[in-house]
Amino acid sequence: MKLHEYQSKSIFAKYGIPIPKGRVAATADEAKQIAEELGGRVVIKAQVLVGGRGKAGGVKVAKNADEAAELAQQILSMTIKGLPVRKVLVDEAAAIEHEIYFSITNDRAARKPVMIASAAGGVDIEEVAAKTPEKIVKIHIDPLLGLRDYQSRDIAASIDLPRELWRDFSRIAAGLWQVYRDNDAELAEINPLVITKDNKLIALDGKMLIDDNALFRHPDLAEIRDVDEEAPAETEARRHGLSFIKLDGNIGCMVNGAGLAMTSMDIVKLFGGEPANFLDIGGGAGAEKVAAAMRIILADPNVKAVLFNIFGGITRCDEVARGILTAMEEVKPKVPMVVRLVGTNAEEGRKLLENANMITAETLADAARKAVAAAKG
Amino acid sequence: MSILINKETRLLVQGITGNEGLFHTTQMVAYGTNVVAGVTPGKGGEWVLDGKIPVFDSVKLAVEATGANCSVIFVPARFAPDAMFEAADAGIPLIVCITEGVPVQDMMRVRNYIDQKGVRLIGPNCPGLLTPGEAKVGIIPGNIAIPGNVGVVSRSGTLTYEVLYALKLVGMGASTCVGIGGDPINGTNFIDVLEMFEHDPQTEKVVLIGEIGGTDEDKAAEYIAAHMTKPVVSFIAGQTAPPGKRMGHAGAIIEGSAGSAADKIRALESAGVKVAKHPEEIPSLLK
Repeated sequence: MKLHEYQSKSIFAKYGIPIPKGRVAATADEAKQIAEELGGRVVIKAQVLVGGRGKAGGVKVAKNADEAAELAQQILSMTIKGLPVRKVLVDEAAAIEHEIYFSITNDRAARKPVMIASAAGGVDIEEVAAKTPEKIVKIHIDPLLGLRDYQSRDIAASIDLPRELWRDFSRIAAGLWQVYRDNDAELAEINPLVITKDNKLIALDGKMLIDDNALFRHPDLAEIRDVDEEAPAETEARRHGLSFIKLDGNIGCMVNGAGLAMTSMDIVKLFGGEPANFLDIGGGAGAEKVAAAMRIILADPNVKAVLFNIFGGITRCDEVARGILTAMEEVKPKVPMVVRLVGTNAEEGRKLLENANMITAETLADAARKAVAAAKG
Repeated sequence: MSILINKETRLLVQGITGNEGLFHTTQMVAYGTNVVAGVTPGKGGEWVLDGKIPVFDSVKLAVEATGANCSVIFVPARFAPDAMFEAADAGIPLIVCITEGVPVQDMMRVRNYIDQKGVRLIGPNCPGLLTPGEAKVGIIPGNIAIPGNVGVVSRSGTLTYEVLYALKLVGMGASTCVGIGGDPINGTNFIDVLEMFEHDPQTEKVVLIGEIGGTDEDKAAEYIAAHMTKPVVSFIAGQTAPPGKRMGHAGAIIEGSAGSAADKIRALESAGVKVAKHPEEIPSLLK
């Protein structure tokens, strides 16, 4: 789960990481009022859960409160990478001397958290990493020991941070580690961490990703998820414990298991079709979950055929068949459906679907071929 | 011969009285697996499966009483890390964690801890192990595979079933099937299992089933090129998957552009691995 910049920064502040004064606004009037409180010169920043908003024109500096209102109005009417801007963050403008990149994330290959820093911070950090990797410093953290102070000093030294700032930097590093650790973050990123003209460190921007699997112990974070930023179908899918990603094709897919779901999409494509979605009903799905999955697939007007590929193990094919029947009763689908059931209780499942007017298939390839043909009409 | 599990395995089930634990214990016993004990804290002294299997309050007590040497975990995600620590501390040398949804930071702590203990962990979020005709530890349906000389290792669950089933349909069997699980951080990776298959006399060929994300398949390709004498056939899922969620800038800094199916296929092919276009093509590539 992604957090907005303003949400991330308010968490940073709780852990003692300095952030600019500012608040979030949903209207130009609110933006103006905040700018007045802050004394005029402010930065207006679009709050959307995609990268590259600065390059898209979603971050602007205003010299006074009136200009803040004007720019907020502009930004609030923008759409960035398909997402309408609903909120802006109005922050006190900082006098920037230097920009540093600083983050903690999971390094899956090393199986450890890694702290990353670079003296060349800012929006072009990925280019820096690709072209001049020697400018990026990485230090792995022992997950059982946590971040040690000497590691923060090592980082500060290797990005040539002035010595008088080492102590403040170590405090920020310790804070960022706690942010990452306490909130089950997959990423806690400050880019840029700036040195101001009056020689202070301040986190101008913040980004956090939270491990969805850990949300059970962070009800406060689950609460602040911005569902406006998701496709409604994805919100609905999550509510039912389904893993769903909408795609542009016309063949709806319902599969158990992520690997098999991706494989089913691959084969549809191999035979000349285009999948309309990725949908994994997970292990052991009951009839109710299957029915919810089917409603989500059929709500997409692009869908011209549906492919069901179920290899029963922990999932029982008869349960899946019952879910399909429930949903058909309700939705009365008009598109052809191809079903392949193998494994646990497949025989019972097939019997249940005998009169459901579905196209049946034996193998995965056969099922994909039939679905592609059916979608073409 | 097989790898990791066989008829001699003395299996312990953590979470044996839960719905899934009990259901799959029944299945494992029916397959012929030697299930010697179960653990559910607070239910020590009870028996399950008509009085055949004793339940203990802790893994330590179960090991002392029954000599269990392998544990399979069916407890919910929030309790799974503790279950893995407990099994490792009780001296179980092989732990198989079926549970899905374990938080990543928990897994980093678990993995670093069990590495210090010298314990082998399979999973989490995996279907477990199957040595056809001898034993199954986990949830792989027993009837979809027959004994044979193909070693199967996979990051996926149901996709593995597809492959075992496709092999069975043409009369090909498996020596052992290892589901290592699809989580970003797990206990055992491809290289560990490839090495075991390379040294297992029963295994003559290997099937490696990978998917997008991470760099495990690329490392496997390097290992195969340098160390494997047995032929390897592969399939990589996610060739048409859209680029996944990006981990801010840090993801790009850590992993670069690695992780796509095309990259993995290229790496495997250059190591001499035949890569199937779809899973049902695998048996013909093994011939």
